Order: sequence, then structure tokens, then C-alpha cells
Amino acid sequence: MNPLFFASDGTYWFAPPGTEFAKEVIWTFNFILWVSIVFFVLIVGLCGYFVVKYRRRDGVDPEPSPHHSTLLEISWSIVPVILCMMMFWSGFKTYMKMTTPPANTYDIQVEAQKWSFGYTYPNGTFSKELHVPKGENIRLILNSKDVLHSFFIPDFGVKMDVVPGRFNTMWFNAPEVNEHIVFCAEYCGSDHSDMISKVVVQDRADFEAWLEEEGNYVDRMSPVEAGAYTYDIYGCSQCHSIDGSKGTGPSFKGVWTWGQSRALEGGDSVTVDENYIRESVLKPKAMIASGYEGVMPSFNGQLNDKKILALIAFLKDVNGVPQ
Amino acid sequence: MATSQQGSSAQTELVDYQSDAGDHYLSASSGTGFKSWAFTLDHKRISLMYLAGLSFALALGGAFALALRTELLSGDGFFGWSNDTYNQMFTLHGAIMTFLFLIPGIPAGLGNFILPLMLGAKDVAFPRINLLSFYLWATGAVFFVATLLIGGLDTGWTFYTPYSIETQTAVMTATAGAFVLGFSSIFTGLNFIVTVHKMRSKGQGWFQMPLFVWSIYATGVIQILATPVLGITLLLLMAERLMQIGIFDPSLGGDPVLFQHFFWFYSHPAVYIMVLPAMGVASELFTTFSRKHIFGYGFIAMSSLAIAFLGFIVWGHHMFTSGQTPIASTVFSFITFSVAIPSAIKVFNWLATLYKGSISLESPMCYALSFMGLFLIGGLTGLFCATTSTDIHLHDTYFIVAHFHYVMVGGTLVAFLGALHYWWPKISGRMYNEFWGKVSAILVFIGFNVTFFPQFVMGSRGMPRRYHHYIEEAYQSFHVASTIGAYILGVALVIVLVNLVGSIKRGRRAPANPWGATTLEWKTQSPPIHHNFHEEPDVPAIYEYENTVYNREIGGFVDRKVVKGA
Repeated sequence: MNPLFFASDGTYWFAPPGTEFAKEVIWTFNFILWVSIVFFVLIVGLCGYFVVKYRRRDGVDPEPSPHHSTLLEISWSIVPVILCMMMFWSGFKTYMKMTTPPANTYDIQVEAQKWSFGYTYPNGTFSKELHVPKGENIRLILNSKDVLHSFFIPDFGVKMDVVPGRFNTMWFNAPEVNEHIVFCAEYCGSDHSDMISKVVVQDRADFEAWLEEEGNYVDRMSPVEAGAYTYDIYGCSQCHSIDGSKGTGPSFKGVWTWGQSRALEGGDSVTVDENYIRESVLKPKAMIASGYEGVMPSFNGQLNDKKILALIAFLKDVNGVPQ
Repeated sequence: MATSQQGSSAQTELVDYQSDAGDHYLSASSGTGFKSWAFTLDHKRISLMYLAGLSFALALGGAFALALRTELLSGDGFFGWSNDTYNQMFTLHGAIMTFLFLIPGIPAGLGNFILPLMLGAKDVAFPRINLLSFYLWATGAVFFVATLLIGGLDTGWTFYTPYSIETQTAVMTATAGAFVLGFSSIFTGLNFIVTVHKMRSKGQGWFQMPLFVWSIYATGVIQILATPVLGITLLLLMAERLMQIGIFDPSLGGDPVLFQHFFWFYSHPAVYIMVLPAMGVASELFTTFSRKHIFGYGFIAMSSLAIAFLGFIVWGHHMFTSGQTPIASTVFSFITFSVAIPSAIKVFNWLATLYKGSISLESPMCYALSFMGLFLIGGLTGLFCATTSTDIHLHDTYFIVAHFHYVMVGGTLVAFLGALHYWWPKISGRMYNEFWGKVSAILVFIGFNVTFFPQFVMGSRGMPRRYHHYIEEAYQSFHVASTIGAYILGVALVIVLVNLVGSIKRGRRAPANPWGATTLEWKTQSPPIHHNFHEEPDVPAIYEYENTVYNREIGGFVDRKVVKGA
């Protein structure tokens, strides 16, 4: 059993709540559930009882009964109104908290693209998994490079669409050290169901150590290793394989005829060299490889020249080109 | 015409509307060639053509559903389709079911046949426009089939921007199809509204109309007010794709959330286009098979209009997570709860109708009771989706998928099947096999619940909708149960088809009024003649069952009438 979903203290309808929000959502859910169960049992029970008790008998006409009662109509209108207002209020209270972040938040940028999430921390560090310190108010600033996505952490009871052309925000406070899954909940094309990420809640000290290490990977690693890591965390692997198989974009292997000419959409061609790679990363729509659609987003501002050089080293390595 | 016989009392006579002359709307006197169908202005023949088309759409959409459910047997795909194949499958399943089956289903398919009969009219107000509506439907269907053949569609039935602007699939063909289908729906609504206003028979006031007519009337209002917005939205989408005008695509200066507002301004009321006629059917079935006056006639009639009105001001509840302001979400949540009240009124009135009735569990009533249970679950789970905090969690998960299938399949499809069994003797002139009718109703109920109930649990546990791959440890057992249920539902629908179609050859001849109903469509022969009634019918005291009595010889009900001057 996957611990993300079935921990021992999970309820039937929910995984164990990871935030106060999730606890309140579960409370409201259970309130509505029990009201619903009472009404369902009442109505279906009476229905069944009537069907049996008043079943048709040959030659027996039903005894006369009223077919109108204003008092009944009013009472079965008022009771649902009252219950509905209680549901509304219960949901509204939590919703107001969800949409009103406190003043002291730790802000992380979430950038969504087909089909991965990336996280940028206040010190500029970029990562593929969301790491957060436990017990602190975390605010996420969401933005999409291409189409609609939705950032959904089931265990936290929070979800917000990631909309291109605007910043949506959400916040939470996770009090326990744990790991939680992140889904993309808004349909976003081919690999929508593979757009899954992770939240890692850590102690402050562990979080800072991780942030430090994650931030300087280019300096810590060899260029090929750093390139492979860049390839992984920036989501390149979603479209570009390294085994020669065709994806949304060309594979890094094989089709990369190093130092030779490469056919482009529209009939032009280009020599494959360091500058071609650099331009393809920063201005991907300028030169589109023949047989592909120009759907890659720009990584301008995200990948500096150091990381692009690491990526080039990795590319050369994949193709067996001497460094 | 009516064969009269002396009743037991000297003051009454028994009236059977069945005729042995053999002349009816399908017989040779009304024409049998291709042209007699292709150019027919008879609402009954148009209805039959719709029913054939709707069955085709349901079969196509259903085949996609079974394929999807089979693929979802395992977390990485049972058939191992590509993601793109899966995405096209769920898109076409949704688009075909919504636009080609659910929206036209009860109004255009069955309402077309029954509405003029219920009003004692010869036809709808505009028979030519009625035929045009059908051809527009058929054209829309051709566009959807063309979409399928020229590379599919992978936007989801919602066409959300900006994905629908940049995808290379056949968005233009599909939106053109939905646009044309929109006009079919507008014309049908318009036609029915005018028919209700102008074609009621003498003495039939607004409150002598059957409740099915009220529901179709309320539906018509939504069809003509909401559908144009869909048309405009789809035109804007096409303009943006073709001419790169920035409306919805942020890279051209547009706003994708604006599309969602436009889309749901139509598509939420469209939910009531689908479910209001189903509620109208339920009202007819409960009173007929309880042999008791419907309880709370006025409240049921007015609640249809209330739902039609409120349906227009709740669209924002589809967008709680879209980034619309929290104030908008709060207001939309509040108004959404108001829809619960007229829906609750209907359910309670149906229940009160059963009280002290004389309840007979024939196939249509089995479907009606099944409708009540399933619609109740669909409605109650709507409360979770109307509440802001819980909807934030449940939005775009399988909980929503289960909720709207309970409303649209458990509600609309089950009511459609109930209505089809109820009116089949009138439409075809034949009785289907009652045993297999009951079996189908029970299997639909079981299959449906096994399919969709597990999806609620899956959804609240986080499983997002429109996912090809999923985490097996967490969700596989639910998916497998759901798939088994879908197969049962599929078998049940095949039984319905075989039973109904088979009855045309093997079924016994239907009497004029097999169920003892009191509305006007039963006061003419089965099947009716081309002009529906031999003479303008007397408007009955609606839902009064005392003078409709069973006659063993003809296996149906006859009217007991006081002989004037006796």
C-alpha cells in the first residue's frame, strides 16, 4: 500500500489530512455527508415502504388522500434552506482562510509547463520537487508557460489553477514532516496524467541544508552530471528522450548530428553546434526541427549560460561526442 | 374511432379509443417510401428519426465509454494506448454524449412525439422548422463523425482555451458541429414554446397541462436564451484559431478564464436542459403508476421554471479554482444552494404522490424509482460541490465525474429509458416483453451504481479526472469495480434495444391506454393516426384516475364517461 494514500489513520473517504485546511474540509465533507445520508435513507426508506404498503391490489381502489398541502410544501422547502445555509457557512469559513494568506509568508514561485512543475525559491534555487519547511506559512505564486494546469495537493485540501498570463496564488501550512503527492488537475494535453510532483515537508534546518545543496549543483558536479541533472529537473525529459525515441520534441540522441547540418521546418537548415543549442533553449520557436511542432516554451531567465553549458556537455555525452 | 359500449350503469358508457381500422402514422396511407420520411412534417415521424439517431449516438458514446473503462483496468493502460489516443477517446465520449445524446434526448427525441399529443394538437407550431431541427442535428452528427475520422479531438468536451487554440486536432470541425447542433436545439426550444402557447386544445388552461409539458416548456426557455451564448463563444474560438485575434489566448493578449465564463454561462443551464425533461418524465410516471393525482402540481410546475431561471446565475461554481475573485466564488456558492430547493421540492412531491397510491411496478415505474434514487444521490453530492471549501478539494477529481454521471446518466438516461418504455406502446403500437423490461431496469440500476459509486471514493481520495495513468496501489480496485459496472450497464442497454425492437415483430398489439394514464396522448389510438386525433379531444380532469378503468378483454384501460341526457 502506498503510504501517500493509505496511512493507518486515514478515513474511508480521505487520506490523512496534512494541513488544518484539509482537516476543516474533511469536517465539512462529513457534515454534508451525514445530512445527505439522513435524507437519502429517509426518502428511499419511505419510498420502499410506500411501494410495498400501497402496492396495487386487484379490484381495490386507493383510498382518497390529499394531493396538495401548503404546510408540507413550506416545511420541506424551509428545512433544506436552513441546512444548505449551514453547509454554505461551513465551507465559506474555510474558504476565506484559504484565500487570505497571513502577512508573514515564505513565497515560492511555481512554474507549470507541459508536463512538469518547477519551483523557484527566494534565493533563486530551482527544483523539481517542492520542499517546504514544516509549520511555516508557505505561499505559492503560480504561473504557466503554456496552457492551463492546476496545482493540486490532495492531502492538503488545496487546489488552484495555473493560468497563463496571470499569477494565481495559494497558501498552506504543513505542520508535520512528511511527503505528499502533487497532481496536475486541469487537463493540459498529451501527458496530463504524468504531470505529477511531490511536496517534501522538512524541519527548518534540513530544508536550509537542502536549499543550499540544490542551489549550487552546477558548481558541485561535473559538467556532464550537472547537465543530466538540469535535463531532469527542468522537465526536458518530458519531451526529449535520450534513447532515440521520438517524443513531443526530437530525442537528444541520434537526431543530433553533431557539427553537421540539420533540417528545419520550412526548408532551412542549421549547423548543430553550441550556439544552436543555446538558441534552441532560449528562443525555441526560432528554429524548429523538421517534423516537429513549435510547442517548446522558452527557458530564458531560468537557465543561465552555466547551466546551458552543462546541458551541452550532457548532450555531447549522450551522443558519444568527445568533450 | 371510439368503440362505445354500455357500461354497467345506465348513466355511463365505456370509451375505448383504440381503432381496428389499421390506419396510423406509419401505415401506407401516410406513405412508406424514402421521401415520405425524408420530407415528412409529421412530428411523430421526425421523433422516430431522432430516436434512431439518438440510439446511434448513445451506442457510439457508449462504445467509447466501454473502451475507456477497459483501458483503465490497469494503471498504465490495459490496451497500452498512447496518451493521445486516451485523450481523444474521453473527449469524443463526452462531446458525443453531451451534444448528440443528452441535450436533444428527451425533448427532441420523445418530447417531439408526446408534446403535441399532450396538448391535443395536430402537430407542433412550425412543422417545417421541426424538420430543419432534425437535419441540423444530423449535420452536427456528421461533423462529429468527421472529427473522429480526420484525426480526432483532444480538448475535452469543454474546449478550454488556450489548449483548444494550439492543439493540432480537429477543433474547427468539432466546434462547427457543436455550433450547428446549437441551432438545432434553439429551433426545437422555440418550436415547443410557441406550441405550448398557441396549440393547446380548447379548455386546456396552463394549469391543466401535464407536468411533462411544463418541464419541456421550461427547457425551451433555457434552450433559446442560453444556447446562443455557446454559439457566440464557439465563433470567437474559431475566429481566434483562424485569424489570431486575441480573445482567450494570453499569448495574443486574451484571457483564458473569460472563455470559461462564456462556456459555463451556456453549459451550466445546459445541465438543466438535460435534467428538467427527465424530471417531467418522472412526474408523469409516478402519478400514473400510483394511480393517484400528482402531489403538489403547482409547486412541481413552478419549480421547473425556478430551476430554469436559477440555472442562469450559478455558472461560476465551475470556476472556484480558476482564479476568479473569492467574492465571486462565494456569491456563486451561495446562489448555487438555491437550486437545491426546487429540486428538493420535486423529490418530496414525488414521494408524497406514492403515499396511499395504488402502486404497480411495471417497467417504466421501475425506471422511475431508479431515477429517484440515483437523482437523489446526484443532487445530494451536488451539495459537496456547491460548498466552496469542499469543492476546492473535489474539483476536477473523479468525485465530480461521479456526481455529474449520477445526474446525467442516473437522472437523464434512466428517465429517458423509463419514458421510452412508457410511451413505446403509443409510439410503436406494440407491447414489449414486461419481464425483460424489468430485468433491464434492474440491471441498469445495479450496473450504474457499480460503475459510478466507487468513483466518488476515488475522487475524494484525490484521483484527478481525465487521467490515462494512475497510481495502482491507491486507485486500481476502484477502477476495476467501475469497469465491471460499465459492462453490466452495457449489457442492460443491449437488452433494452433487443426488447423494444423485437416487440415490433413479436409484441402483442398495444391498447390505446395500457397504463391507465389520464393525459391526452392516451386518448387516441396506439399508434396515433397522422393527425393524432379523430376529433378534437375533451380536455380531461388531469391526473384524476376514478374514471379510467381497467378492461380485461382489451388488456388496457378505458374511460368511463357520463352519458349526457341519460
